[in-house]
Amino acid sequence: MSKIDDILSHYREGSHDSLIPILQDIQEAEGYLSENAIVRIGGFLHMSTTKIFGLATFYDRFRFFPCGKVHLRICNGTTCFINGSTSVVAAVREALGIEAGQTTRDGRFSYELTSCMGGCNEGPVVATGETYFTHVRVEDIPEMISKLKALADLK
Amino acid sequence: MQFTIEVNNKSIKAEKGETILSALNRNGIKIPTLCRMAEFTPTGACRMCVVEVEGRDRLVTACSAPVEEWMKIQTHSPRVIRARKTIVELLLSNHPDDCLYCDRNLDCELQRLSDEMQVRERRIRGSKIKPRRDQSSPAIVRELSKCILCGRCLRVCEEVVTATSIDFIGRGRYTHVGPAMDRDFNFSSCIHCGQCVLVCPTGALHEKHYLSEVQEQLSKSDVTRVIQYSPLVPYALAGELGVKYHRDFDRLMNAALRKIGFDRVFLSGAGTDILITELADAVISARDKPGRKPLIVSACPAWVKYCEQFTPGLLPMLSTLKTPQQISGAIIKSVVPATVYKPRVYTVSVTPCTAMKFEARRDSMTRKGISDIDTVLTVRELARLIVLYGIDMSNIDPEPADEPMALRSSASLLAEAAGGITESVLRLIAVMAGEKEADRPAVKKLRNSGTFREAMVTAAGVTYTVAVVDGLKGLEKLEKMIEGGADYDLAEVMVCPGGCVNGGGMVPAGSKEAVRQRSKFIWQTDDQEAVKGPEQSASVEALYGKVFDQCSELADKKLFHTNFSKRDVLL
Repeated sequence: MSKIDDILSHYREGSHDSLIPILQDIQEAEGYLSENAIVRIGGFLHMSTTKIFGLATFYDRFRFFPCGKVHLRICNGTTCFINGSTSVVAAVREALGIEAGQTTRDGRFSYELTSCMGGCNEGPVVATGETYFTHVRVEDIPEMISKLKALADLK
Repeated sequence: MQFTIEVNNKSIKAEKGETILSALNRNGIKIPTLCRMAEFTPTGACRMCVVEVEGRDRLVTACSAPVEEWMKIQTHSPRVIRARKTIVELLLSNHPDDCLYCDRNLDCELQRLSDEMQVRERRIRGSKIKPRRDQSSPAIVRELSKCILCGRCLRVCEEVVTATSIDFIGRGRYTHVGPAMDRDFNFSSCIHCGQCVLVCPTGALHEKHYLSEVQEQLSKSDVTRVIQYSPLVPYALAGELGVKYHRDFDRLMNAALRKIGFDRVFLSGAGTDILITELADAVISARDKPGRKPLIVSACPAWVKYCEQFTPGLLPMLSTLKTPQQISGAIIKSVVPATVYKPRVYTVSVTPCTAMKFEARRDSMTRKGISDIDTVLTVRELARLIVLYGIDMSNIDPEPADEPMALRSSASLLAEAAGGITESVLRLIAVMAGEKEADRPAVKKLRNSGTFREAMVTAAGVTYTVAVVDGLKGLEKLEKMIEGGADYDLAEVMVCPGGCVNGGGMVPAGSKEAVRQRSKFIWQTDDQEAVKGPEQSASVEALYGKVFDQCSELADKKLFHTNFSKRDVLL
């Protein structure tokens, strides 16, 4: 709660222009936009939550569910696509049993598709935090997931 | 300033500052539109209204582009017609194509446009939108697969109703219209006013139908079926059925309803008369109390829900009296006897409103788990029922309604226009104070246009101050005035601009002018009818004099009151 209060204190009350920066800050701090956060922003900016939610869903970047302890970003850019990112996504989906944007029940994993991360000659690229996996092949996925599982349990 | 422009190689007159569309319309040229709504700022989003302007590479949207002196316009050139046709074909590419089974069949703007553009084959194939049918609300159904994303509903919800309960969610081909957090309607801040239903061009938003429920009850032998209808319903029904309204139509409708199979036909107007009487009593008795606060009329169920959600601070001022529909319902369920052969009484109410469908299901509108009103129908649904049961309105004899609610005053009809309840209450107060009639010019101020209206009326030396909010845009003003200590005796809030004449269950009026015409009809009828107020109505006299005394539940009038509480929804 106090995190949201702290973020809002940096902005002027009722200023609609601040909506996107506030959303970004809250997502940065909490990892996602909770219903509670959206209600608080609505009160602070005197805006309908419907409008805020409508606007936030326009952008791929905003999440509305908490992400897993390990959050994978799979590049969906053109080059990675040509290098076979679709089959990588399919393998991740099968290994984790969730769709992009969802979180596993145990809270360990979530993944999303992103636009180009700039590693076109190393593709397909999968990233979590600041760690990048390059030239990812379908057969690498099971090992990668089990390693990351250990990492998630440490968090 | 007027100037001449060239349209289709002929000169027409245009005015500076107007849009191309309005210049064309005034000169007898029709241009198809879709996302446009009269009296709203144009968005030019659907591009249905494009025209060709010489010197411009791209086609120009006539609804939003201002007309200029140098313009040479082609409104129906092959290029323009092809563009419009393609737009319709693109809209149809992911449309479900189940017109025959659709709620808006034969009354759909997309269907009409597709016909006008002579779309005769499916040229463009898109993947169909995943069907999602939100039936969670008791009043409004949302069918996402039929939505063409014109955005009219959400503009009305934000700019007219000010509830902002729906918006575009998502982006690109995932875009759809829905409430906050993509919930269903029942968890949203929707107040069920139905203004979105009136503007939806397709069947994506429509009222929830209860016709099959009514049909089922009509086929049972052990049920006493009772129907009541609001004072405005006959006039609106005539319009929906395409019959010219005349004074006997009300009584023809009684006959029609009996032919369909209803055992008793009552007028909700008698309930309105009781509401007016009780309100007048409340206003008069509140005058002498110290620390008096304005009394706010709670006869609009959409307003009540709005107040519970958005302005809970006003709840203590809200009159606890039920709406006319529920007052009549309470009387019906008390006086219509359950017999051995017919142990159940089933009540239907016909209204120009969609929010009443929600209201009838409120907890405080039931007694021992039995609701006072079982089913609420809109005018549009009643028209369907009459057609379904094959009633020929031009070939039946008029019949009176049933006692004890067979008559209504013209004041109850007045209540269907914004400001009407307040006007009727003031008229009654004047008569009760011993005057012949209320100060006409002062009272008539309430009939002005504008979202916030005030009037001061003196009756027998006492001055009453009243305010009317006509459409929620005027609510802010009322709140400010009350905050500033304004000493209103009575304040009325109507959600739909113009009042019930523009209700969500009516036939769409289309413009403010058309709504005004309906109000004018009401005012004319009020001038012509003999029984002007509840004090002259024989039904009211019988109800207060005899019926209420005979029934222990009605005698203390507790049944006419309800309670409201703050509602926790996402605002």
